[in-house]
Amino acid sequence: MSHARLTFQQFLILAFVSISVPLGDACLSRGMTSLPAISLAHPLSLIGAVFTPWIALGILLLIGYFASYLTALSWADLTYVMPATAMGNVILALLAHFWLREAISWQRWLGVALITVGVAFVAQGPVNTTPTPNAADAQKEVEG
Amino acid sequence: MIATYWQAPLMIATVVITSSIGEVLTAGAMKTIGDLDEIRARAGMKGAIKAVVTCPLFFIGIFFMAAAFFSLLLALNHMNLSLVGPAAASLTLVTNTIAAKLFLKENVDHRRWAAAILVCVGVYFLAH
Repeated sequence: MSHARLTFQQFLILAFVSISVPLGDACLSRGMTSLPAISLAHPLSLIGAVFTPWIALGILLLIGYFASYLTALSWADLTYVMPATAMGNVILALLAHFWLREAISWQRWLGVALITVGVAFVAQGPVNTTPTPNAADAQKEVEG
Repeated sequence: MIATYWQAPLMIATVVITSSIGEVLTAGAMKTIGDLDEIRARAGMKGAIKAVVTCPLFFIGIFFMAAAFFSLLLALNHMNLSLVGPAAASLTLVTNTIAAKLFLKENVDHRRWAAAILVCVGVYFLAH
């Protein structure tokens, strides 16, 4: 089904996709930088890193992100979902400034402005430009 | 361990390429399956999950996304998030837009190109 505009539920799904990625990445970074250096010669030691608390929390957030992301891709174009979900970076920067009182350089404010304008551009257009199969047909195919 | 001058771009390129392949294949799979909200309304959550897990293209996409994830972990172990995060996110936006136009046949008009480039440059500046 092609949607011209987002419903409130779809908006919430895109909002969760936006927020969960930067938070998840921050958890992964915190976890990986606290570990000893992993040699390129022993890539399998990365598996052990998965079971440390910060990495596990990051993975949980990214699993939630992935479920929401898949849902979004089922009714929206990839080229719509990508810029739309970039607002998460803006929200994190604004939270850092107004909540954590972090200083934001003019370059970061420029980044916030550019992303906001980019998201506004894509939000004005259609959500989906490709034909998607009728849900009933798709379900029959699955059941068959 | 700090990445050497040739390892850093190689690790970022690996994240970008595997991520783009994974995301385009996954998006293609979801387009094939159809609107998950409608399927869930018609056949419940089980039906929606079944529709996703019975699509082979979805698992090929997952394989490349997993490869991108472990490439990201490796890159984060050698470089700062402030370098890897924005570089990978910015470049992936551009490669995904090109791939979506070529392979998913999405209508990438001037507005969407402008959005992709503005967000790409914006993410770069946000990291500084």
